[in-house]
Amino acid sequence: MTERPLATTGEASTTSRTPWTQRPGWMSQHLGTAIIGGVLGYLFGHWLGNAISSNYAYIVNSGQNATADALALIFGVVGWLLGIGALNYPLAKLAGRQPEKEVELDHWSKYFRYSTNHKTVGLQYVVGVLLFMFTGGLLAMAIRTELLNPTTHYFSADTYIKIVSEHGTIMMMMATSIVVGPLGNYLVPLMIGSRRMAFPRIEAFSFWIFVAGYMVIFSALPYGGFPTGWTGYAPLQTQAGPGMVSYLFGFAVIGMGMMAAGFNIAVTIINYRAPGMTWSRLPIFVWSILATAALLTLATPTLFAAGLFGLLDKTAQTAFYVTEHGGSSYLWENLFWFFGHPEVYIMALPGFGIVGEILPVFTRKPLFAYKVGAAGMIGVSLLSFFVWQHHLFQSGINPDMRPLFMLTTELISIPTGFIYLVGMGTLYKAKIRFEIPMLFAMALYFNFLIGGVTGVFLSDVPVNVTVHGGFFVLSHFHYTIMGGLLFAFMAGLYYWLPKMTGRMMNKKIGLWHFWTMFIFFNLTFFPMFIIGLLGQPRRVFTYAKNLQGLNDFSSVSAFLLGFSFLIFFFNLVWSLYINPQKAPANPWESLGLEWQTANPVPPYNFERIPVILTDPYHYSEASAPAVADLGGGDELIPAVSSHDGSGVA
Amino acid sequence: MNETHHLRRMTIIWIVLSVAADLLFWFLVGPHVPPGRMTDMATSNQFDFNVLFVIAIPVLIGVWIYLAYAIAVWSAKRGGPEPVGGEAARTNRTVQVAWITITSVVVIFLAGFGTVELVVNHGSGGGEGPNPVWSPSGAIKAETAALAGTGTWSPNSNQVLPVQVIAQQWKFTYRYPTFGGFETSQLVLPVHTTIAFNVTSLDVIHSFWAYQLSVKADANPQINDVAYTTTNQTGRFTVRCSELCGIWHGSMYNYGSVVSQQQFMQWAQSTEAANAANTKFLPPFAWTYVPDANGAAGGYYPDGSATPYSTAEIYGAKQPAS
Ligand code: HEM
Ligand SMILES: [Cu+2]
Repeated sequence: MTERPLATTGEASTTSRTPWTQRPGWMSQHLGTAIIGGVLGYLFGHWLGNAISSNYAYIVNSGQNATADALALIFGVVGWLLGIGALNYPLAKLAGRQPEKEVELDHWSKYFRYSTNHKTVGLQYVVGVLLFMFTGGLLAMAIRTELLNPTTHYFSADTYIKIVSEHGTIMMMMATSIVVGPLGNYLVPLMIGSRRMAFPRIEAFSFWIFVAGYMVIFSALPYGGFPTGWTGYAPLQTQAGPGMVSYLFGFAVIGMGMMAAGFNIAVTIINYRAPGMTWSRLPIFVWSILATAALLTLATPTLFAAGLFGLLDKTAQTAFYVTEHGGSSYLWENLFWFFGHPEVYIMALPGFGIVGEILPVFTRKPLFAYKVGAAGMIGVSLLSFFVWQHHLFQSGINPDMRPLFMLTTELISIPTGFIYLVGMGTLYKAKIRFEIPMLFAMALYFNFLIGGVTGVFLSDVPVNVTVHGGFFVLSHFHYTIMGGLLFAFMAGLYYWLPKMTGRMMNKKIGLWHFWTMFIFFNLTFFPMFIIGLLGQPRRVFTYAKNLQGLNDFSSVSAFLLGFSFLIFFFNLVWSLYINPQKAPANPWESLGLEWQTANPVPPYNFERIPVILTDPYHYSEASAPAVADLGGGDELIPAVSSHDGSGVA
Repeated sequence: MNETHHLRRMTIIWIVLSVAADLLFWFLVGPHVPPGRMTDMATSNQFDFNVLFVIAIPVLIGVWIYLAYAIAVWSAKRGGPEPVGGEAARTNRTVQVAWITITSVVVIFLAGFGTVELVVNHGSGGGEGPNPVWSPSGAIKAETAALAGTGTWSPNSNQVLPVQVIAQQWKFTYRYPTFGGFETSQLVLPVHTTIAFNVTSLDVIHSFWAYQLSVKADANPQINDVAYTTTNQTGRFTVRCSELCGIWHGSMYNYGSVVSQQQFMQWAQSTEAANAANTKFLPPFAWTYVPDANGAAGGYYPDGSATPYSTAEIYGAKQPAS
């Protein structure tokens, strides 16, 4: 037997030359080849589908064939992955060759390539989720335009419902990754003292498949949209046109990215912590990402399978969800929400982690009840698997189980309350600095409170009779996802972008952004609680005449809320490109390990693997101990040398 | 200022504001909270909403006061962060234990309260599936008789009235099994009567939402979803579809009315007579119906062709047993 050469880690790989697939310039693999691969795959799949099943048309002789649509998307995604180079490594392994090692280019074009550097992936994700969010936001504006008037319609009923569906689905897909993708990938290794992610290729895969998922779900629009809302209930799903294929396959694609990302991050956190990084020293943000990663890994497979069944129903004419043929429409409802409820905590926990990380920095106090906070996150993530039928209280499904699901749902507010305990306790007698990240973090506590309290109303079965399926629910989940997660994401961006980009975000524009977003968010969504109580169902293009005033108020506020996002984008462009201001090494004087690395962060993060000495929340000590021995020497430099003005160490 | 001073101040502001807001809400807003008091279920669901709100107000106000106080009093002076040490920085065990205990007690109380209300009110007007366990007295008897075609209802008899709601894209129709099973698009109900709604669908999932009656039950194809309510006031009410069912979901609404028992009896008997010629073409009354290929089930034709087939041709005169 010949001896296999030991795989060298990147650091030592100076001997190997850059493989052609990764050189700068056109003749290599990058976004362009991914697009070409995607298009070719799409065309091939479409041809294949028509060749094998042209008789299964939606409508006879219409040339529209679900199998062709599905195969086109499937091969399109495979082509995309081949084009970007995601499959080079596994294919080489399969062929028995020694795969070429990925090298990180030191060139701007690395952002358009299959990069295995977690910091590059983090920044790629920033752009990715913002693109997602922008698309979803435009659709939201369209929704609020239609709802300006109950009788004058700007869109047809058909177009409107497809706009709502697309908005919801895009936003939900985006929100699964909005924190885990950009901040999780970028920061987790830095925070736990690791040089890399456990599975860098899986990490790169999770990003590029996320982009593919975006394009697949976007393809629903040129396909004519889908009419089911983001929940995709069957049999409406079975009845719908080709846009539904994009929805079903889109969730499967996004799902693969979620599983990959979750698995990678969980393994990284569990196995790649630096020496001394005990569980009780783990930053609270990392705890939240770990809890989220658990949900991503364990809940998403259900969605994946559910989507696959739906695709089979549409293409191979199986009958998973077709009641007349032995299937069940309840099956989709169960599967969807079995994933869907953990999903909503995927969209809440990372936000809690961000504010938990930010509060101590701007209050100069240790995090209050750290252990309770971490336990709360684990508790939420466990309990979230036992509540899914609260979405189905009026469906007639397991009606005798309603008290149980009411109980589990309300129990979840106990661990969620821990997050408030942590927040309120940390603010107690603090010295608060109202920097932009802190403002956004405090706004989360305001918004999520309303979202959480109304959640208790929804979980009460008798009250649920009135509020289920109406604008009350709509407002409730926008308060938790947008008011919670999105505000936290903004807090995180303002807080960590200086680390990630080396540039400070402009504070004045930031203040404008914060106040417009905070005020108009509340003005947009608060009236929706009342609109809902007064009887307006979700997903309707027309409503009772007497609700026009409230709807108009909400719409106008929504347009201004949309405008606040433009301020944010302007701030990004302004602060990063037009008038860049170099960020100090540790602008907020944080004790977190991520801020102790060099700026810009070197490819391997840490010169030597750091030895963690303590938790990062010793803000109450005038001369706080350094969180880690970075191995620079035996002298331990305090990161923050009190307030004598010398600032950063 | 010392700790007790802070806490005492905040507590006093909190108690005063909460009590004031609670009283204002309970007496001024509470009686008007949707869905009103047209039925027993509506009345008790309104009560439940108000109880939750009265508990929610102190929670909201508590956090708001705390945040406002923090912003006003605990902000940093200009010029660099100062570490906050000493007692303020310690994690206080009593506070943690108290917080966890109080939230747990409130939450478990709420779950218990909700359960009692749900059971006592026979499902609170929500869909209870095909075999409701918390049915009002007389309901099972009335439903069984309705299916057998032997059901009766007359004014002042205190009988439960079964009504079937059939949803399809995009309208609701209603069948009255105790009156020969006629089908109509008008929903008329007698006052002071317990109604057993039997909700089903011919195509996709809809949801029958009689807003002022506080009834909401999903209409699933081939499932009978039962919901109860007891009417208390006469008047008009709105019916809206509350589960997305396709393009015209938004216009899937109509109005129903609760009238006196005599008026109802009159209406039912005259509609039964007027519709008799049509009623005999309807399928026999059943809890669910499977539309044939000419129906709206979504284009799955057993013979694989896209042309609607005739059941008679395929199965002969006898329909397949379902
Ligand atoms: C500018 C901000 C936004 C506005 C004005 C807005 C507005 C709306 C409106 C009016 C609807 C409901 C239409 C209806 O059911 O009749 C809706 C639905 C929805 N929105 Fe948003 N939204 C915004 C941002 C977001 C964000 C950030 C998320 C999540 C991350 C989100 C997730 C959803 C979802 C899941 C639905 C449900 C779609 C469905 O019914 O299937 N939205 N939005
Ligand atoms: Cu409907």
